Amino acid sequence: MGILVFLEHHGDELQKGSLGVLAKAASLGDDVAAVLVGAGVTALAAEAGRFGAGKVWLCEDDSLDPPTPQPRVDVLAQVVADGGYDTVLFANSVLAADVAAGLSARLDAGLNWDLADVESRDGDLVGKRPALQDSVYVDVGWTSAPRLALFRAGSFDAVPGGGGAPEVAEVSPSFAEHSRGARVVDQQLEESSGPSIEDADIVVAGGRGLGQAESFTLAEELAKALGGAVGATRAVVDAGWYPYAAQIGQTGKTVSPKLYVALGISGAIQHKVGMQSSNAIVSINKDANAPIFEFSDLGVVGDVHEIVPKLTELIRARKS
Amino acid sequence: MKIAVCVKHVPEGSSRIDSGSKRLDRSGEGALNHFDANAVEEALRLRGDGDGEVVVVSMGPEKAADSLRKALAMGADRAVLVSDDGAAGSDLVATSRVLAAALAREEADLVLFGQQASDADGAVLWAAVAERLQRPVVSQAMELSVGDGSLRVKRQTEFGYDVIEAPLPAVVAVSDAINEPRYPSLKGIMGAKKKQQDVLSLGDLGVDATEAGEAGSRTTVLALAEPPARGGARKIEDDGNAAQAIVDFLAEKRLI
Amino acid sequence: MTRPSNFPPPFRASDHVSEPADPEDERIEVGILIVGAGPAGLACAIRLGQLLEESPDVAERLGEVPVALVEKGKQPGSHLLSGAVVDPRALRRLFGDRVRLEDIPSYGPVHGEAVYLLTKRAALRIPPPPPMRNHGNWIFSLSQLGRFLAEKAEEGGAMILPETAAETLLVSHGRVVGIRTGEKGRGRDGEHLGNYEPGADLVARVTVLAEGTQGHLSGVAIDRFGLAGDDPQVWELGVKEVWKVAKPLRHVVHTMGWPLRLGTKYREFGGSFVYPMGDDMVTIGMVVGLDYRDAELSVHDLLQELKTHPKIRKILEGGERVGWGAKTIPSGGLHSLPSRLHAPGLLLCGDGAGMVNIPRLKGVHYAIESGRLAAEAAFRAVQRGETPATALGSYDEAVRESFIWDDLHEVRNMRQVFGRGFFVGGALASAMTVSKGRIELGKMRAEPDADQPLLRTDRAASYPAADGKLTFDKLSSVFASGNRTRDDQPNHIRIEERVPRDVAELWARMCPAQVYEVGADAGDGTVEVRVAPSNCVQCGAITAKGGRLTPPEGGSGPEYTLT
Repeated sequence: MGILVFLEHHGDELQKGSLGVLAKAASLGDDVAAVLVGAGVTALAAEAGRFGAGKVWLCEDDSLDPPTPQPRVDVLAQVVADGGYDTVLFANSVLAADVAAGLSARLDAGLNWDLADVESRDGDLVGKRPALQDSVYVDVGWTSAPRLALFRAGSFDAVPGGGGAPEVAEVSPSFAEHSRGARVVDQQLEESSGPSIEDADIVVAGGRGLGQAESFTLAEELAKALGGAVGATRAVVDAGWYPYAAQIGQTGKTVSPKLYVALGISGAIQHKVGMQSSNAIVSINKDANAPIFEFSDLGVVGDVHEIVPKLTELIRARKS
Repeated sequence: MKIAVCVKHVPEGSSRIDSGSKRLDRSGEGALNHFDANAVEEALRLRGDGDGEVVVVSMGPEKAADSLRKALAMGADRAVLVSDDGAAGSDLVATSRVLAAALAREEADLVLFGQQASDADGAVLWAAVAERLQRPVVSQAMELSVGDGSLRVKRQTEFGYDVIEAPLPAVVAVSDAINEPRYPSLKGIMGAKKKQQDVLSLGDLGVDATEAGEAGSRTTVLALAEPPARGGARKIEDDGNAAQAIVDFLAEKRLI
Repeated sequence: MTRPSNFPPPFRASDHVSEPADPEDERIEVGILIVGAGPAGLACAIRLGQLLEESPDVAERLGEVPVALVEKGKQPGSHLLSGAVVDPRALRRLFGDRVRLEDIPSYGPVHGEAVYLLTKRAALRIPPPPPMRNHGNWIFSLSQLGRFLAEKAEEGGAMILPETAAETLLVSHGRVVGIRTGEKGRGRDGEHLGNYEPGADLVARVTVLAEGTQGHLSGVAIDRFGLAGDDPQVWELGVKEVWKVAKPLRHVVHTMGWPLRLGTKYREFGGSFVYPMGDDMVTIGMVVGLDYRDAELSVHDLLQELKTHPKIRKILEGGERVGWGAKTIPSGGLHSLPSRLHAPGLLLCGDGAGMVNIPRLKGVHYAIESGRLAAEAAFRAVQRGETPATALGSYDEAVRESFIWDDLHEVRNMRQVFGRGFFVGGALASAMTVSKGRIELGKMRAEPDADQPLLRTDRAASYPAADGKLTFDKLSSVFASGNRTRDDQPNHIRIEERVPRDVAELWARMCPAQVYEVGADAGDGTVEVRVAPSNCVQCGAITAKGGRLTPPEGGSGPEYTLT
C-alpha cells in the first residue's frame, strides 16, 4: 500500500487533525507520504517527517495559499500519478472535504467519508463509518484503486512517531482552467469570541437543574475556561433562560464535540439525540436516577452549584 | 439566469438500516432533505420575480417526485427526476456521474446544493459534480450574490470568513445559515401539480449501465458492526472532590 | 369542590368565524372542501371521485379543483390513531367491487377473542358479550389505512393539501363558504419570523368537516349555528403503544377492572385492549373516561402499570416498543350528537360529530359511512345547481336511515348499564358474579367532563418507574410518536394559566405528552401552569377537562405510522 496523506496548515502550523491522520497512516505500516500546498510549506516538511511522512511532496506557491480546493485537486492528481499511490487519506475540514470529493471525480476513485477509523484486513483496507447517530458502525470498502478516505475531525491523536527527515519532492502541476476560477478576495479571521456550537470541540450545556437563569453563568464560565461553546436544553430555552440558537436536541442543534459537559440536564431522549455522538460525555446532576447517567462516560451525582465553580477554578489554574 | 438546484429525497422520521443491503432503509416515508430547502430558497431569491428559471434536479426512486413537488410548491419552475433501477446503490462516483450528466443537459448558469444531507449520504457531492462539469466550486456559502457574469460568496471556515469570487457558470453549496426557507403557500402547493416534471432514465442521459448503480460505484458496504464500547462509564458521588475527579478524567482523556 | 370548569380557558368560538378576508381574486376556489384526511374525509373524497367520474358535467361545475382536502398533519395518517378492530361493512359499501377488502392493507380478520376481568395479579376470563363479539371484523392500523385511502382519493382526482390547518370558518350571509388556513412562520410571542406565511381563504361550494375528535371547526360550527345536541359531549382518553413481539398473539383481548378502581366515587370507567397486528406485532391500549375525578390519574401511567400484569407481560415478553400515541374518543353517543349534522354550506361527519359506539368501541366504520353519505349529499346539491340553505338536509336524512343511526340508537340507553365501560349486560352480569358484586354501575352521565369535582388520592405512588424496556416515561413516548414539532411556535393551547394546585396537577397528570407542569406558587392559593406546547400530540384531552386545544401550525404534532 502506498499511502498519501493530505496535510493542511494554517500560518506556520500543521493542522492537528491532518497530523492525526498522518500518524494513523504511519501505524498502518506502509510507506507513507504527505502533500502540502500553499505558502511556507517547505518549512513544514520536517515536521511532517516527525509525524510519520517518509516523503513530503511540496507545492510551494503563494498564490495557492488561499484555501480553494480545486487547485489542490490538480496537485493531488499529479502526485498520485507521479508517486503511484493507491490510497489517499484526508482529515475532514471544510477544505479537505471539497478536495477529496473533487479528486474522487477527477480519478473516478471511490471515496468513503465520515470515517471514524480504518483497519488493514487481509491486505486490504476497511473503513469504519458510524451511522444512525453513531448507534451502529458500518464496514466500508473500496472496489478499485486509488482508495480515498475522509476521516471525521479528531479521529486520531497527532502522536509524533519520531521519524527522521523526510525525502522532499517538488510538484508543479498544470492547473485545469476551472481550478483557477474561484479567488479569495478577502479573509477575515475571527476574533476568538468562542467557537460556534456546531464547530466547537467542547460544549458545556445547561439544563433545568441549574435552577434559574442567573445560574447559567456557571456554564458560561466553565465554557470559557475550557475554550468551548455554551449550549442549552429545550426546557431552559422554553423558560427563557437562554436563547433558542443555543438549543441542543431533536428540535434544536445536533453536535458531536470531543467533550460534552452536561450541567443539571436530565437526559430526555429529545436532548440525547442532539449530542449522543459526542466523544466524551461528562454530566453533573443531583438526581442519581437521571437518564443522562446511562450514556455518560463520567457521571457525577452532585450539586452543580458546588462542583462547577471549583471545576472552573481548577481548569483555569491548570491552563496557566 | 438559469439556476439548477440539486435536491435529495431522504427518509423521514427514525431511520433504520436494512440488514440485507446494509444500507439506509428508504422504503418508508421520505421528504425533501431540509438542507436542500435552503438551496431552493436561495435559488428562488436570486431569481426573484425576474425571468430567470429555477430547475430542481434529483436522482432517486419514483417517490422522490414528492420532494420535487415540494420544491415546485416553494416556487421552483420545473423539475427533473432521474429515476432508474440501474442507478440504485450508486456511491459518490456513480451519483456524481449521473447528476453531472443531468446538469450538463440543463446548462445552468449556477448549480446549487444544500450543504449536507440529513441521511449523510450526499455530504460531499457538490465538489465531485463540479469537477465533472469542469466548473469552479465554492462551498459553505452563508451569503451569495450574483451579477455581471460572476458570483460572490461569503463563506464560513474554521478560522473566520472568506469572501470568494468566481465566474459563472459555477457550483455553490449553501450552508443552512444562508436563509430561512419559505413555507410553500397554498397557491404554490396547488400550482405545483401543474408545473413540468420530467422523469429521465439513464438512457435518456446517455449514461451507460456500467457507469451507475453498484456497477458504477467504487466503494462498497461490507457489514454492520457494533460501535466500539463506550469504554468504562463511571458514575461517582460528590464527596467534595468531584471537581478534581472531573479534571483527572479530562486529563486522562487528553481533553485539557 | 374544585371543578376544572370553574377555570374556563380564554377561548371564544366566535373568534374563529369570519367573512373571507382576502380580496376576491386572491381567494383559492375549490369545488368541495373537506377538512381532515381521516377515514371520514377520505371516504367522502373517494365517493365524490366515483360520482364525478360518472358525471363529468357536475365535475366541470366544480371548477379546476373539484375536490380538495386539507389535513393538518404532515401527511394523511400522521394524526390517525385508533385500536383498531373495524367493521368492514362501510369499506365494502364505499368501494363496491372496485377494491377488495383483501387488497386493503390490514392485519386480517379477527380470529377469536378473550375478555378478562383483571385484578392486580389475576385475570378472570369472562365470555365476550354480544356487542363485544368481533367475529367478521378486521384489524387495521388506522394510520396505515389513512395512507391507503389517501392514495385512492388522489387516484379519484382529489387534491390533498397536507400540513395545512383549518383555523377559521368562513361564513358569509349566514352560509359557510369555506375555511381560512392557519398561518405559518410565527414565533413564540406570535411575531412574524423571516419565513412568515399568512393563512389563505379557501372557498368552496360545500364544506365538509371531518376533523375527528375535538374537531376545532366542528366545535366552532356547532356553536355558531346552534347545533348542540341534547347532552353535552363527553370523551374517553385512549393511550396506546405498538409492540414488536416474540410470540404471535392469536386473538383480540379486552380487559376491564385493574388498574382502574371500581368504587363509584372515582368514576373510573374504561378498560384496555390488546390486538394482534399480524404475527410479529401487537397494539396495546388503555381507554378511560375523562369524567374521572382523581387529580393524580394518568392514563399513560395506567397503561404502563397494565403492562406489568403477568398476563400482559407475557404477551410482550421478548418484544420491543415501536410506537406510541394518544387520542380522545367522543363517547356521549346518540344523545350528544349535534341536533343537526348540517348547516348552510356545511356538513359534519365522523368523530368530529361524535359518531362513536362506545360499548362496541367502534367508530371508524361510521366515519367512513358518514363521509360517503356526505359526498352523496354534496354531489346532489351541486347537481341541482344551487346550494340553498336546506339543500344539504338530505344528509341528515341519509344518516338517520343508515346503520350509523340504528347502532347508536340501539345503545343509546345502555350507557347506564355499561357505566361507559365496553361491556353490556351479560358481561357485566358475569363480571359482577365473578367479582362478588364489587363492580358498580355509574349514574347516567349528562355532565361535561370538566364539571366533575376533583379529589385526591395517592394514586401516582403505584405508577411504575420507567425502565425503558417494558415501561416508559412520557417524554420518550412523545419521541416515539414521531413528534418533532418546532419549539418556537406560538402556544396553541388555551388554558387558564393560574389555577388551584389540584387543577394544575390534574392537567399535568392527564396529559399523556407532558405538556403541562405545575409551576411556581402564585401565593394566593393558585399556581402557575407551565405549558410546553411542542410536546402536544393533539389528543384533545385538555378540551374535555377545562381547556381548549386549537390547531398549531400545519405539519406539527405526531407522525404516526403504525397506530
